[in-house]
Amino acid sequence: MLSRGLIRSIYNSRSVLRNSATASLLKNNNNKSNNVVRSFSTGAPMTAPPTSYVYESQLDRVMGRIQEETERAALGGGEKRIQVQHSKGKLLARERLDLLLDEGSFREYDMLVTHRCQDFNMEKVPGDGVVTGHGTINGKLVFVFSQDSTVNGGSLSEAHAEKICKIMDKAMLVGAPVIGLNDSGGARIQEGIASLAGYAEVFQRNVNASGVIPQISVIMGPCAGGAVYSPAITDFTFMVKDTSYLFVTGPDVVKSVTNQEITQEGLGGSKVHTTKSGVAHLAFENDIEALKKVREFVTLLPSNANDTAVRDSFDSASREDPVLDQIIPDDPNKPYDMLEVIHRVVDEGDFFEIQPTYAKNILVGFARMEGRTVGIVANQPKELAGCLDIDASVKAARFVRFCDCFNIPLITFVDVPGFLPGTNQEHNGIIRHGAKLLFAYAEATVPKIAIITRKAYGGAYDVMSSKHLRGDSNYSWPSGQVAVMGSKGAVEIIFRGKGDIAEQEKIYNDKFANPLPAARRGFIDDIIPPRLTRQIICEDLEMLKSKKLSNPPKKHCNVPL
Amino acid sequence: MNRLINSFSNTSLNTGMKHSIFMRNFHSTSSNWMFDKILIANRGEIACRVMDTCKKMGIKTVAIHSDVDKNAKHVEEADEAVCVGPAPTGLSYLNIDAIIDAIKKTGAQAVHPGYGFLSENAKFVKELEKIGVTFIGPGSYAMHALGDKIESKRIAKEAGVHVVPGFIGEVDGMDHVIKIANEIGYPVMVKASAGGGGKGMRICRNDEDVKIGFRLSKQEAKSSFGDDRMLIEKYIEDGRHIEIQVLSDGETALYFPERECSIQRRNQKVIEEAPSPFIDEKTRTLMGEQAAALCRAVGYKSAGTIEFLVDENKDFYFLEMNTRLQVEHPITEEITKQDLVEHMIRIAYGEKLKVKQQDLKIHGWAMESRVYAEDPYRNFLPSIGRIKKYIRPSGPGIRIDGGIFEGAEISTYYDPLISKLITYGETRKGVISKMKKALDEYYIRGVNHNVPFLRDVMENQDFLDGNFTTKFIPNEYPNGFEGYKFNAKQIEQLAVAGTLCRYIEQHKELTNQSNTARTANVTPDEYYVAKVENVRHVLRFAPKEDEEEGQSFFAHFLNEEGEVEKQFEVELIDSTPEFMKVSINGTQHRFQVHEKGVLFYNLQFHGTKVPVTILSPEQDSLFEYMPVKKTVDTSNSLLSPMPGTVISVGCKVGDKVIANSEICIVEAMKMQNVLRAPRDCEIKAINIIPGQVVEVDQVLIEFK
Repeated sequence: MLSRGLIRSIYNSRSVLRNSATASLLKNNNNKSNNVVRSFSTGAPMTAPPTSYVYESQLDRVMGRIQEETERAALGGGEKRIQVQHSKGKLLARERLDLLLDEGSFREYDMLVTHRCQDFNMEKVPGDGVVTGHGTINGKLVFVFSQDSTVNGGSLSEAHAEKICKIMDKAMLVGAPVIGLNDSGGARIQEGIASLAGYAEVFQRNVNASGVIPQISVIMGPCAGGAVYSPAITDFTFMVKDTSYLFVTGPDVVKSVTNQEITQEGLGGSKVHTTKSGVAHLAFENDIEALKKVREFVTLLPSNANDTAVRDSFDSASREDPVLDQIIPDDPNKPYDMLEVIHRVVDEGDFFEIQPTYAKNILVGFARMEGRTVGIVANQPKELAGCLDIDASVKAARFVRFCDCFNIPLITFVDVPGFLPGTNQEHNGIIRHGAKLLFAYAEATVPKIAIITRKAYGGAYDVMSSKHLRGDSNYSWPSGQVAVMGSKGAVEIIFRGKGDIAEQEKIYNDKFANPLPAARRGFIDDIIPPRLTRQIICEDLEMLKSKKLSNPPKKHCNVPL
Repeated sequence: MNRLINSFSNTSLNTGMKHSIFMRNFHSTSSNWMFDKILIANRGEIACRVMDTCKKMGIKTVAIHSDVDKNAKHVEEADEAVCVGPAPTGLSYLNIDAIIDAIKKTGAQAVHPGYGFLSENAKFVKELEKIGVTFIGPGSYAMHALGDKIESKRIAKEAGVHVVPGFIGEVDGMDHVIKIANEIGYPVMVKASAGGGGKGMRICRNDEDVKIGFRLSKQEAKSSFGDDRMLIEKYIEDGRHIEIQVLSDGETALYFPERECSIQRRNQKVIEEAPSPFIDEKTRTLMGEQAAALCRAVGYKSAGTIEFLVDENKDFYFLEMNTRLQVEHPITEEITKQDLVEHMIRIAYGEKLKVKQQDLKIHGWAMESRVYAEDPYRNFLPSIGRIKKYIRPSGPGIRIDGGIFEGAEISTYYDPLISKLITYGETRKGVISKMKKALDEYYIRGVNHNVPFLRDVMENQDFLDGNFTTKFIPNEYPNGFEGYKFNAKQIEQLAVAGTLCRYIEQHKELTNQSNTARTANVTPDEYYVAKVENVRHVLRFAPKEDEEEGQSFFAHFLNEEGEVEKQFEVELIDSTPEFMKVSINGTQHRFQVHEKGVLFYNLQFHGTKVPVTILSPEQDSLFEYMPVKKTVDTSNSLLSPMPGTVISVGCKVGDKVIANSEICIVEAMKMQNVLRAPRDCEIKAINIIPGQVVEVDQVLIEFK
């Protein structure tokens, strides 16, 4: 068994501006070679001037103070709070950045900023509870902030907010994604309204940046009250299982107002938000896995609205998949796994699914086709027969709009028997929410390719990237059925229960339960062999690379919210 | 649209293909006339196997299939196909009326039954005789006499074949069984008179075993063979199961070199080889001549197999004769270079054997591994699902008799055999090493399968020495199969392979492009921590300079002080999403890449899947802070070990049951599996009713 000392020393020797002070404190490691202060001329680590000098210059004194403050900033809330943080299974703000960013790429801003609160004898720690700066992920520039809950609980002060705003402004200036690692108790109450103003400043920037640069929030601890609205505005919210919470009002307030007893986890834990509320897009096992996945995710995304996300291709564009020819069961009521269709079509079977546990009747996520990032939307016949309901519509609508913002082509696999019927759906506004998905598809100007694998019934057919909503390529597999509804319901309406129902259904099926009527009208461009789906999509994406389409000039559209 | 038409046209052309008489004669060189069309009354690999020979002989083929099998491989390969009913075998593959209809409809002149199903069903043969269609197998007399275990024993004894002590006759009722069992002396074997393939068969060591075994075997026999007559005989422990293939045209009876079939579990053969490493020339001849004598005694007319139990003194006892083609026939074909199916067809057509006894010499060695959809880690229970990915090994000396392709569904209705992997060559050693390589290259996803187990056997010392009996599996795996035991060197090789996976992944991610500032000099990590089975290695991994990029590397293993302790030269020979072929210090290793986790890769090495965690030094040093997740305690519940149907529940809520007592029976793939109480306990809740379909790991019964 090898000692951890070796690893620790490899690790320390590589970290720029790492919490070397922390490491040395924790491990009684007096090796000062990783000192955080770098010589202004050479960049080499500087040490404090030897005390034997008789004469101490002004510069020497300043150097000493820089050194001292930098070390304090690096240490954050001190050894005791660091231990508390670790004992909760959470990493420190700087440790998280080390895992998130490429080795040695982090450049910190505002390390010595302190709060300006004069009341309550507030402790002043340089950095004020948030580490900000830029770095790279797989070579790609990103701006980051990482809240430090060891400093005043990571609470947001005016200065803390200013630091975040600064990197957001910079990110907008150069067009790079912003990743926020949230771990904060909320507003800094001692600062009162100044703290709230800080939140609002962040919100405004989130809104301004929306659709210009990707914004990702990773919730790695508590995030409560006003703080929740920044993640809510950002494009993606990820959580860490068991250690992160998101709620507007905490369990104590809930108890005092409604007399309901509920735990933090039960109120706003990752399970709630990834399965019930849909607030969070993904939840990960722990900090290390979360940050590894965020790296993977950012690599998939374009850096800004004018960028195209592409990497080298490691899968043949002409790869055929004969299994797809047989994947659709004979019985139209028998489900199959649409996820398998996606895995078989995309590069190396790699699908980064978003919200896999929420509204499972629709699948959304990112994949690559010939190295090019694409957004995939697909009905999942395994859940609710693939029906569209409120949650599915909202989930897919937001995803489609994200892709449209960032030039990510949309590929839609359609097997939808319609909208989910029921009072629950109607009373909760399926009309309004379903309209969101329709709106999103209709508004999108990125390349849109749709493949009907089986059912495309009724209004849901129109919604799912149909030709009529400016679909660029619309295909059907031979198993496709584009119709107003299934045969049973249709026959009842057409023949009103008179005559031989089985015979009538057969007539209806022969007429409509196939892709031919749609093909004859040009509503689908072609009926394609399933095995060639990948090849055809790749060819079309290449053809559509130079697609230029814009919506009429307007201030902005009025999405049915 | 053109593409659609082109892609579908291949299959439609095949099914409509007409063979002219000229073509047929051209293929069938040794005869002037032959069957025109043969119906294969079977499914899966054996149906495909028979069709291969038919095609070679220029005979048209008709497949039968159940509705769920309409896209199956045997249907695809046949010239014509007829659906004979729904999925349950009783309604389709055993549905004599529907099959007779199919024969009439297609005009097939002969029927090859394969093995199982109707292959030893005298009623079916009679029905065929009525309509003048040839059954490719023995006549109904021989089948009736030999296919029946009781009758065949009597005949064998008369023909001078040495038989196992037991009660020659049908046993009737529980009291009778127990009486006979005690007369013969335990252990005894209770088996279905019409049985085969391990079904309807139980070893019993005491009266209690007999009570359960007799009942279950009888039920299985009824559902599998439609015949629940049972027999009982002395169970000879620690014997070898060795069998002789025979071929007889009614006049000449030839015997083939023996097949060694001792590697069995639950009385079902798993690995077979020919010849046996145990049998000498003298015994071989003796066994062969007795087998031929038995054939002559009944005027046998087809291919058949005489099974013997051979004890440590090389004394052998007749077990039974199978009047059909055996599953393991390919190994005999490979060492004698004969096509048994062709011989069967020719004999059935009325031709006389042209091959002579002296032609049936042993050429080299052959071995067969039966690849089943089953979970070797769960006592080989059947596994069902879609075959999501299927890549077969290939190469000289490798033969695969398979009946499925990628996308096929392994259902509870049929035998879970995926394929038979046969390797052959000059020596046993060479054949085993070829088998290892082939198993390493066999990629099956979507269902559990026994490749890990087969691969493990190929490195078992007793197996390599040829030193084993039918007890091999229970003796060598007393606690069940627990995966290959990796040694320190193999752990290091896994660490290198995992690191290489991560390196490749990083390399791919670094090819991303964006229109913002980029750090040009970002390269994959240099240091890695690899964790395999609680062993932790620290590696420095770097590409070799002046070599083709991304192909050759140095992997340095570091010790506590950070000094290089070991150096490996690593060369990536081939890499696909499924496989990685890596040379480590000059030796080639094959790794199968299963799913990729966030921080680990599941690699299959020496047949066994193992997670290899790869961390950066940063991740490793911080890992200690990560919370340990709780696992669900299931000790108070009985989980279904496989998907299947509940047959019966043998307890009520509140019952106090003792450890190991039967509490319910779940049937899957026609096998009834008795689930027993894990300990002495009280039944708290029963969540199932007989007839209910259950999923794997579903909580069936809860205990207090």
